[in-house]
Amino acid sequence: MIFKIEDVTVYFPYDNIYPEQYEYMVELKRALDAKGHCLLEMPTGTGKTIALLSLITSYRLSRPDSPIKLVYCTRTVHEMEKTLGELKILHDYQLTHLGAQAKILALGLSSRKNLCVNSKVLAAENRDSVDAACRKRTASWVRALAAENPNVQLCDYFESYEKAADNALLPPGVYTLEDLRAFGKNRGWCPYFLARHMVQFANVIVYSYQYLLDPKVAGIISKELQKESVIVFDEAHNIDNVCIEALSVSVRRVTLEGANRNLNKIRQEIDRFKATDAGRLRAEYNRLIEGLALRGDLSGTDQWLANPALPNDILKEAVPGNIRRAEHFVHVLRRLLQYLGGRLDTENVEKESPVSFVSSLNSQAGIEQKTLKFCYDRLHSLMMTLEITDTDEFLPIQTVCDFATLVGTYARGFSIIIEPYDERMPHIPDPILQLSCHDASLAIKPVFDRFQSVVITSGTLSPIDLYPRLLSFNPVVSRSFKMSMTRDCICPMVLTRGSDQLPVSTKFDMRSDPGVVRNYGKLLVEMVSVVPDGVVCFFVSYSYMDGIIATWNETGILKEITQQKLVFFETQDVVETTLALDNYRRACDCGRGAVFFSVARGKVAEGIDFDRHYGRLVVMFGVPFQYTLSKILLARLEYLRDTFQIKEGDFLTFDALRQAAQCVGRVIRSKADYGMMIFADKRYSRHDKRSKLPGWILSHLRDAHLNLSTDMAIHIAREFLRKMAQPYDKTGTMGRKTLLTQEDLEKMAETGVQDMVY
Amino acid sequence: MSDWQVKYKSTVKDRGARGILKLREGMLLFVPNDPNSDSKLKVLTPNIKSQKYTKEGSNKPPWLNLTNKQARSHIFEFENYQDMHACRALITKALAKCEEEPNKPAAVLTSAEQLSIADLELRFKVLRENSELQRLHKEFVETKVLTEDEFWATRKKLLGKDSIRKSKQQVGLKSMMVSGIKPSTDGRTNRVTFNLTSEIIFQIFAEKPAVRQAFINYVPSKMTEKDFWTKYFRAEYLYSTKNTAVAAAEAAEDEELAVFLKPDEILAQEARQKIRRVDPTLDMEADQGDDYTHLMDHGIQRDGTMDVVEPQNGQFRRSLLQDLNRHAAVVLEGRNIDVDSEDTRSVAEALARVKQVSKADGETTKDANQERLARMSRVAEMEDLQAPQNFPLAPLSIKDPRDYFESQQGNVVNEPRGAGTLKRNVHEAYGSLKESILEIRTKGLSDPLIKPEVAFEVFRSLTQTISTAKNIIGKNPRESFLDRLPKSTRDEVLHHWTSIQELLKHFWSSYPITTTYLHTKAGKLKDAMSNSYSQLEAMKESVQSELRHQLSLLVRPMQQALDAAFQHYDADLQRRAAKSARGSAGEANGSV
Repeated sequence: MIFKIEDVTVYFPYDNIYPEQYEYMVELKRALDAKGHCLLEMPTGTGKTIALLSLITSYRLSRPDSPIKLVYCTRTVHEMEKTLGELKILHDYQLTHLGAQAKILALGLSSRKNLCVNSKVLAAENRDSVDAACRKRTASWVRALAAENPNVQLCDYFESYEKAADNALLPPGVYTLEDLRAFGKNRGWCPYFLARHMVQFANVIVYSYQYLLDPKVAGIISKELQKESVIVFDEAHNIDNVCIEALSVSVRRVTLEGANRNLNKIRQEIDRFKATDAGRLRAEYNRLIEGLALRGDLSGTDQWLANPALPNDILKEAVPGNIRRAEHFVHVLRRLLQYLGGRLDTENVEKESPVSFVSSLNSQAGIEQKTLKFCYDRLHSLMMTLEITDTDEFLPIQTVCDFATLVGTYARGFSIIIEPYDERMPHIPDPILQLSCHDASLAIKPVFDRFQSVVITSGTLSPIDLYPRLLSFNPVVSRSFKMSMTRDCICPMVLTRGSDQLPVSTKFDMRSDPGVVRNYGKLLVEMVSVVPDGVVCFFVSYSYMDGIIATWNETGILKEITQQKLVFFETQDVVETTLALDNYRRACDCGRGAVFFSVARGKVAEGIDFDRHYGRLVVMFGVPFQYTLSKILLARLEYLRDTFQIKEGDFLTFDALRQAAQCVGRVIRSKADYGMMIFADKRYSRHDKRSKLPGWILSHLRDAHLNLSTDMAIHIAREFLRKMAQPYDKTGTMGRKTLLTQEDLEKMAETGVQDMVY
Repeated sequence: MSDWQVKYKSTVKDRGARGILKLREGMLLFVPNDPNSDSKLKVLTPNIKSQKYTKEGSNKPPWLNLTNKQARSHIFEFENYQDMHACRALITKALAKCEEEPNKPAAVLTSAEQLSIADLELRFKVLRENSELQRLHKEFVETKVLTEDEFWATRKKLLGKDSIRKSKQQVGLKSMMVSGIKPSTDGRTNRVTFNLTSEIIFQIFAEKPAVRQAFINYVPSKMTEKDFWTKYFRAEYLYSTKNTAVAAAEAAEDEELAVFLKPDEILAQEARQKIRRVDPTLDMEADQGDDYTHLMDHGIQRDGTMDVVEPQNGQFRRSLLQDLNRHAAVVLEGRNIDVDSEDTRSVAEALARVKQVSKADGETTKDANQERLARMSRVAEMEDLQAPQNFPLAPLSIKDPRDYFESQQGNVVNEPRGAGTLKRNVHEAYGSLKESILEIRTKGLSDPLIKPEVAFEVFRSLTQTISTAKNIIGKNPRESFLDRLPKSTRDEVLHHWTSIQELLKHFWSSYPITTTYLHTKAGKLKDAMSNSYSQLEAMKESVQSELRHQLSLLVRPMQQALDAAFQHYDADLQRRAAKSARGSAGEANGSV
């Protein structure tokens, strides 16, 4: 359908639209007009993505003189693919209505691992070795060498891409990663470098968060985006965590050992160069004197991960004299490693600020703050000079240099925590030195400063006023949308008691109580016999899931469950989990369905949808609080209290409930869909916990469903499922319109929005 | 068909006679090698009641024991198990075939005995559910007008189990874990006993390709099957103790044991293969490949969001969760081999073959990729924001067409429609069908054969025509007159109608009369019909005078139909009489 929002003609690829989608577009347009940032919470299952995409692309079409670029950030690669899939539908629609002028170039961008088509490179095990294998074939010095020595292996795809030079362009269209690979294979061009090159011409770029938030990656990919870009962070409820993770590094014993080995190797290489090509080292020295840490004109293939510090904080001056010479630099690093090793020997937990850490480093190892700050650049330069291509081998030393650079750059918002062992396993020594960032606003600040509009959106941003504080920005629009329901298609319940009327909870003192474990098991056994198709369960942690499944296996509960449905599990092995998920879907497509066991805060909870028959019921066993004795968490809480006046308890509850909401929110995808959500813990019945859930869940949580036992929950589930199986009127009843047609929108334009919708 | 060299024994103790066992259409023949022997045997397949056979692995020779209806048993000793299984399979098939055709003359005689209890139960159930049918059954079968089989022969569909019988359904796997089989102990000694069935072995092989491979490699060249399983369970026991140090130590000493303890290489390889074909919307591996924030030791390690895994003693750990995942995957795959063998080795080999094939498929699959993409775009769409695109197709299962048309009648009544428009619509609908047939002619077959819209339209107008016709008849004074009749009379009329229909159906189906059986059947039916005829007459007379005319109008078509039948019967009788007279006359002439 085509309609107008103020002066913008919006092309929306469906015949109908939800009222909240329309409103969402209106708000979004205001933010774009104001060239400001905005914060929008809209329930899952109301077509956020397509609303967003169609407004922004239509906005671009309506302002042909100042075309805006859309940078759409997703948290995961599969969300990226989904977004591009929706964009394809939209693009086709716009093409049929507008013809050639609607043509855009949209592409997804990912790592070499996901884009490479060279089978030899792809044979490498993991991402880092794929990167290294690529470099081995494409680095400028390797290619120079190949010109003389025909035995040097090159990548044909890259060579023909280079040969095509400026003619290597992607024709307009929407390219998923799969499409990029297919295109590259077809033309014989390297899809990875082609995509990287096309980023500057593309109208829509879809990539993962870190390509903007993590300086290591953003520094090489997103440097050249123009100011007139609209940045969208979708599913952004965890954005603060992404930000602090981007600036955190830690060092373990293995890291130090690896780094020492790396230094030996570097040492050897330096000696070899001294003997054969001393001029090269001298040239590097001269360049460093001139103040250039890096050659400015690095070809794409030589680029490595960029500086871990934020672009504004990187010093643009000459590298200090004491590390200009390669040997000296290696010495400094050796001293640093020694010092770090000494610190790891501690018996107690130590917490320190970066300032005091740097000063003791200075007094004990004689390394100045400025030297630390240049560690990354100096290492990078040295590795270029030494023409090292197997970068995956050199990760430990890179980690140490990243650590040094960050600790030398930031004095506030960070702390250093040294732990001799993990709190939860005191018998196993595993010392770790962590530089952890507490301030989420640091990493995202450059993004807010650089781009005119940043849109932060998700299904769960409650409480919505907390995010501007955590990220320290001022949104021009900040709104939370309700969901207009055609029927009550979600059914949240709080289960506080088992079938024996004893309370259930994962509270620390209760979680291993056999009664609780049994009651949880019985709940699931009963539910799988009532609910058709897919059932998803979330536990508070892997170890808890491990334990509870082992107990269920021994007591026969698992056997009872398997009599009804197949069971699949999320494990810490990603490949295994992916295959389990794939099997789970197939089991739901045919037969009696399956149960998927997963973990809150895990990878599955983060990005996998359990819509339609893939999830008719989600059970959240317990409240997914963070491990509150964690030193890092405590440090962060302290920082939040001192800086933003956010109370510890409030933050913990907020964090736990957003995770829980995230887990259960994955069941519905549209209003035609339906699903039940069970919060199985007595603590959910307390108002202070419950009220932190997003409004769209709360509004369906009836008072009668706040304190249920297993038998009551089963009864409600039966009723609900029977009700949902009936046919219904999609357009809404009783005067409430939940599905708008073109006509409705036109009418609305005359009378104003509000009185129409609710 | 097939021949086997066997030894035939009439009793277990019999020494037996050597000979050839032949399976021919409908019978088993045994021809002894010694032509003087009196042990020649012929068994009709339908007469075989049950078959027993010795299990492989027991130390008895491969015997097949067939019991016939008279409870006499015939024992055949085969040369090897393979032959016996082959023969057994053929007999099973033949048995199933003759059960399907209960009308075969041979079977008819004994059909009552031949019916299994399940069949009878099904018939009872159908009768219970359908009172009309029950009444007919009572009226005709119990009065011996029709036999049980004749009655049911026309209603095979109601019994609706043809499909089940014909194809041999593959039995899936149990969704319960077998790896958790508990050993039984005798309580006094430290010995434990595991009971392995072929089912369990199959699952172990399917879930653990490494064990399968090891079996193929080691048994019987390196160790016996028993030793193999002993070792396997030893390894399982080590797992269950969760003492990885002991496991590591034992594995170091015993290379074969280590195979069971090490992580499964073949599985890992399969996983790598499969991951490439996984739906991109849930490919979390790609995700990991894109995540530079968690580059080695980057990101936050120990803030309690993610709990730590226990430090692993490398390769000698395997979690319950992994086992469960693997198990569920195997169950989902189902039993993909058709080896019904007791031989462990052949099971192992068959499984290995299947894997090889699927691997080859996986490498050359372009369709899978295409399908993956199609699935993606389907997922991307929002279903309820747009009009439904195609009619959902579901196979129709109509037991009684009348029910269906009656249910449609309501729809038609609600749609006021003149006969003219209706007619035109029918024409249009058929027109479009014709068009699409033409199209098929010119363009060849395409997929789907006929567009769903066209099919739907034709079907709908067909339904409407039929149900409208019925509806219009319903509006006839005659039909409404039916309502005016007293209830008992009305029921009687309706009942007569159905019973006469039933009789007529059987009557006409027994022509042309070729056997004496059919002759007597027709005679019986004729008697029953004349009985009904007189009942109709009686009814006409008994009814009140003002209704009599209408009723006779109602009854007339029934009587006419009966008259036609009588006429035919008489004519046929005369013809046969004349023929036989001529025949006997000719015979007489001949003899003279």
